[in-house]
Formats: sequence, structure tokens, C-alpha cells
Amino acid sequence: MSLHATATLRIEVNGEPREVPDGASVADLLALLNLAAPKVAVERNLEIVPRSAWAATRLAAGDRLEVVHFIGGG
Amino acid sequence: MNDGIPQSDDGWTVAGRRFRSRLVVGTGRYKDLEETARAIEASGAEMVTVAVRRVNLSDASAPMLQDYVPPDRYTYLPNTAGCHTAQDAVRTLRLAREAGGWNLVKLEVLGPPPFLYPDMAATFEAAEALIRDGFEVMVYCADDPVAAKRLEEMGCVAIMPLGAPIGSGLGVANPFMIRAIIAQAKVPVLVDAGIGTASDAALAMELGCDAVLLNSAIAHARDPVRMAVAMKHAVIAGRAAFLAGRMPRSASADPSSPVGGLIR
Repeated sequence: MSLHATATLRIEVNGEPREVPDGASVADLLALLNLAAPKVAVERNLEIVPRSAWAATRLAAGDRLEVVHFIGGG
Repeated sequence: MNDGIPQSDDGWTVAGRRFRSRLVVGTGRYKDLEETARAIEASGAEMVTVAVRRVNLSDASAPMLQDYVPPDRYTYLPNTAGCHTAQDAVRTLRLAREAGGWNLVKLEVLGPPPFLYPDMAATFEAAEALIRDGFEVMVYCADDPVAAKRLEEMGCVAIMPLGAPIGSGLGVANPFMIRAIIAQAKVPVLVDAGIGTASDAALAMELGCDAVLLNSAIAHARDPVRMAVAMKHAVIAGRAAFLAGRMPRSASADPSSPVGGLIR
């Protein structure tokens, strides 16, 4: 991602509005969220983004992302 | 078999994975992760169910289940708890597969409160989509032998009829139907949901189940770790009793001591 970019994109992550730098990838978003942890899964506009594609997948305005992990459950 | 478990050991196999413990436990409803870890360890379970939920973005450093219940030690069985449609269940398990990297999952599609009874039409729909997508599906279902057989024929790897509604602690409400499902099944049958205490788990195993799945019975006991130990022994005892074969019931007494040689 370009650190000098001033433009931002408005997206939604886990139901909350967020702004990320123009050109940011899924990997950049996870880094911004401090979520470099390996045990999360990402869905973008209802499609799984495989871990191998995090760096190459550029975010677009209006994207809706879900970032999930495992928690206790029955 | 070359799975490291001696043949004399009474284990069970689902989707090619072999387990010694016939107790599968949930990881929800505990006071904290520390208690979760201690109770699960005490239960002797090797497979645990887990839920898939949004990461808390405001606190990414919060402790995680994996740190307390390590997935390299326990087989994680991701569930679809809270899903009321086939679409939500399939979407949830695709995310689970991506997060964990495994195909073995627990499908449950629930009807509305207050019973959360399995929605079988939606369960069939989700099972079909998941099996087509390469998942190995252990399926929570109604205690309905026709539905159970159909799920098995579709390719589900384990059939998991409810003993009673989720979290109710009412025990095995319909043992005759559970027995009917076991009698016809060629894949493992687990009683899932409704177990309230050790005798319920033992009864389920005496009916001939391959394993029992429970969560609240341990997590909501006054002393969860102690109840986890009780469940471990209940499942072992119930299995042994099933294999031993119970004596016939009789409506009248049949004395154990010889009737001859009594003093006069």
C-alpha cells in the first residue's frame, strides 16, 4: 500500500464503518487492526479470501468484510 | 490398524480419525478460558466443539481460545451454533475451514426459540451443499430415524440426534428413538444436546451410542471440573455396560442367594 496516499476508502469490517488508505490490501487491513495472527479467516463481500490471497487482494470502496476466529461454543 | 491405538482399546472412528475418548465436549459457557481449559482436560475429551464469531476489533489482544485449548492437542469441531438458515450455516463453515484448515465440522441448523429444535429441511439443504463442497459433516438432527437414515445416505459422517433441547439438561427424552437410530446406522451415532448429569450420559452410552456430545452439563455445574471428571467416568461406565449386556428385567424377585440349605 502507498503510505503517502491521502485518499481513503470507506469500507465496513465486522459491521462497523472503517477507513483504510487507498490501495490497501486485505493483509494491510489486518495489520492496521493488529490482526496479523494466523488463526483468523476473512470474507469479503460474501466470498472467502484465502490466506494466500490476502496480500494481493486490494480493497475497494464499499467492501464489506467479516473477520472471524474460533471462540468457545457447544 | 496403524493409528497407535491398540486393538484391545475400545475407541471409535469418525471420518477416518480414531479417538479413545467417547466424550466430545463444547468449549462455551465457562466462567473464563482458564476454567474452560481445566474442565476440558479433566473430561479426557479429545474432540471439542468451537464456534465461529467475529473478532473483537476493539481488543485484538484479548486472550484466544487456541491459547488455552490448543488445536494441536484437541481436534477442533467447528459448529454452526446460532445459524437458522442453510445459507448461514454453509457460510459459517466455509469460514471455519479457512480459519482452521480442516474439513470435519458439526452442522446444526436450528428452529426458533424456545426449543431450538433442529430445522431438518434446512439441515438437509446445508448438508447437501457442504458435502458437495468437500466437508465431512457430523450432523445435529431430530431424533427421527427416517431423517437420520437420509442424512447418512447423503454422506454425513456421523449422526447426532438430540437427547433433549440444547442446554435443557433434561437428559435423553426418547431413548427408544435413539436406539432405533443406532440400530440402523452404519456411521457413528452421538447423542448431542440435553445431557444434564452423569447418569444421562451413561444412559446414552448404554443405548449403544458411539459417543456423547455435551457442554452445559459441565459448564453450568456448580463445580465444572468435578462434573467433567464425572462425565468422563459416566461415558466409560455406560459403554462398558452396553458391551457387557444388561440382565433382563423381571416383574418379580429372583433371589441371588441359594434357596437350598436354609436352616430350619
